[in-house]
Amino acid sequence: MEKITTFSGVAVPLRRSNVDTDQIIPAVYLKRVTKTGYEDALFSSWRQDPEFILNDPAYAGATVLFAGQDFGTGSSREHAVWALRDYGFKAVIAPRFGDIFRGNSGKQGLLTGTVDEDLVEQFWERIEAEPGISATVDLVARTVAVGDLVVPFDIDDYTRWRLLEGLDDIGLTLRDEARITEFEGGRESWRPTTLPVR
Amino acid sequence: MSTTASTQRTAQKTGPKTLAEKVWNDHLVVQGEDGSPDLIYIDLHLVHEVTSPQAFDGLRAEGRPVRRPDLTIATEDHNTPTLAIDRPIVDLTSRTQIETLRRNCEEFGIRLHPLGDIEQGIVHVVGPQLGLTMPGITVVCGDSHTSTHGAFGAMAFGIGTSEVEHVLATQTLPLKPFKTMAITVEGELRPGVSAKDIILAVIAKIGTGGGQGYVLEFRGSAIRALSMEGRMTICNMSIEAGARAGMVAPDETTYAYLKGRPHAPQGADWDAAVAYWNTLATDDDAVFDAEVYLDANELEPFVTWGTNPGQGVSLSETVPEPSSYSDPNDRAAAERALEYMDLAAGTPMKDIRVDAVFMGSCTNSRIEDLRAFASIVRGQKKAEHVRVMVVPGSARVRLEAEAEGLDKVFEEFGAEWRFAGCSMCLGMNPDQLAPGERCASTSNRNFEGRQGKGGRTHLVSPLVAAATAIRGTLSSPWDLAKQEDSAVMEKSA
Repeated sequence: MEKITTFSGVAVPLRRSNVDTDQIIPAVYLKRVTKTGYEDALFSSWRQDPEFILNDPAYAGATVLFAGQDFGTGSSREHAVWALRDYGFKAVIAPRFGDIFRGNSGKQGLLTGTVDEDLVEQFWERIEAEPGISATVDLVARTVAVGDLVVPFDIDDYTRWRLLEGLDDIGLTLRDEARITEFEGGRESWRPTTLPVR
Repeated sequence: MSTTASTQRTAQKTGPKTLAEKVWNDHLVVQGEDGSPDLIYIDLHLVHEVTSPQAFDGLRAEGRPVRRPDLTIATEDHNTPTLAIDRPIVDLTSRTQIETLRRNCEEFGIRLHPLGDIEQGIVHVVGPQLGLTMPGITVVCGDSHTSTHGAFGAMAFGIGTSEVEHVLATQTLPLKPFKTMAITVEGELRPGVSAKDIILAVIAKIGTGGGQGYVLEFRGSAIRALSMEGRMTICNMSIEAGARAGMVAPDETTYAYLKGRPHAPQGADWDAAVAYWNTLATDDDAVFDAEVYLDANELEPFVTWGTNPGQGVSLSETVPEPSSYSDPNDRAAAERALEYMDLAAGTPMKDIRVDAVFMGSCTNSRIEDLRAFASIVRGQKKAEHVRVMVVPGSARVRLEAEAEGLDKVFEEFGAEWRFAGCSMCLGMNPDQLAPGERCASTSNRNFEGRQGKGGRTHLVSPLVAAATAIRGTLSSPWDLAKQEDSAVMEKSA
């Protein structure tokens, strides 16, 4: 995974709450067996509406999404993260995220930062006043800035550290493989096994 | 850095604990420190075709094996057709995804129940049915409705594809502990009101983000009185309240359901397991991080009007006015939802006419759900304009229903009796709503386009689905009783 420290890019105001992962990427795109190339799928239903924010040329090449409360609720589909990433987004800022979506983002190097609802509103107003304006996300300082509006965001320490270092979770866990083996040694015989087939 | 698992497990045993904390502590491989997550052991990993191909690719790229094929099981459910299952799948991308799962299971030595197999079905129906889901274990699957398995007193939650790969490689997950929320439902459900109405009411009460970061523990007399199927319905939709997991403490109902199933413990193992399971209930003096109460006596059949599962009301109510919401976000969401759903505020819910009824999904496709639906439609005819689809949760449920003659009941009613799978819950197979079609659905999500592009979904219980299929408008069994009463009155008059 690529290390993330600080980056700047076009900011997009998505004035919607409860954006579930079915909206981020409809199920029809989940039939693919690949992990890249989902940029066409992102918000595909909404993008058919010419008025949808991502269809505004001012926001072309956007990398920072400012969304409403409860972004990424619902289905566990990691495809939602792949679609955002493939479209070019590097960060989503929202007051609250769906748990599974947020976990998936951290695994794929998509930064999710939470800021209070009223501050998201301020970002929306600031961006709408100057479409195409850049946002700067600083993971070291944990701040997100649009123009002179600089706001600290929340992200848990562990995810932040992994993103800063670009670390892969499986490699980290396998450092504890001896512990896993030790734990397995004490696993009670009543616990389920799928093999042999009964 | 970290204490050893054994020391930690002993240390964690002191003090009163909730059910969730007990199961968590007994799966601690490494206790996280300084903000790093705990490493949790996974007892059972369920796999399906949609969220696994990229995970297997990841293993191959790193040359990693599946650590515990014997704790892993796969089936095909999301893409599978519910008609003509003996013929090749017509949709080529769906077929490729299914074939990819088959190749991966073969290569990595994973047990697979493919389409046509007697144990094939929706992954969350198959696990409990085989007796693999049991109290006190951890269960994960690349599917958010894994919360279903919490009905047994297991800690069960949905994961993304990166985590699927992680579990395949290590049989563990790094996780931050969840907070705990007690949802206490006391009282007795009236006839015509069921588990689905409880969970829809809970979600309407706490909102789609209300459970975020929590494990929900459902407790109280109304929960204890529920069957395992009812408890699964409730835990299944915990994710719709934002909670990754829902749980119910195991009791005699749990044990009676589990005993004798193919993978349930046997002999001395059964006794040891029950002795342990009996220790899992939340300690009397344990403290939850949050508590919610619901009165079962007051509950009515419940139905959603909007495009998220929190946008629900009692069936006797009307479509809400967006202006009645004080929160501007809720108001905007309600306005958008009414536009998408093509509903006017103030419309009585019972005046809403549907085009389709879907009886199925991991929320409501078990044998008891089918029996409930059949109990209402037996000897009746569906409303002429309504298309009714009944999709069993698994091949075994289908056989069980047929052994009881339920297939005949459905067919005489005018419903389509299908093969097992996720079907119209998310329409990854051909079972979809057409644009603009309105459906009363026993599934779990009323998101825009969920059941087919432009489709409109009202989430309901099997009993409400049945009554709606008869009347053609959103209805509960209570309305059927009234209809019969008035018919009798008309005759006597």
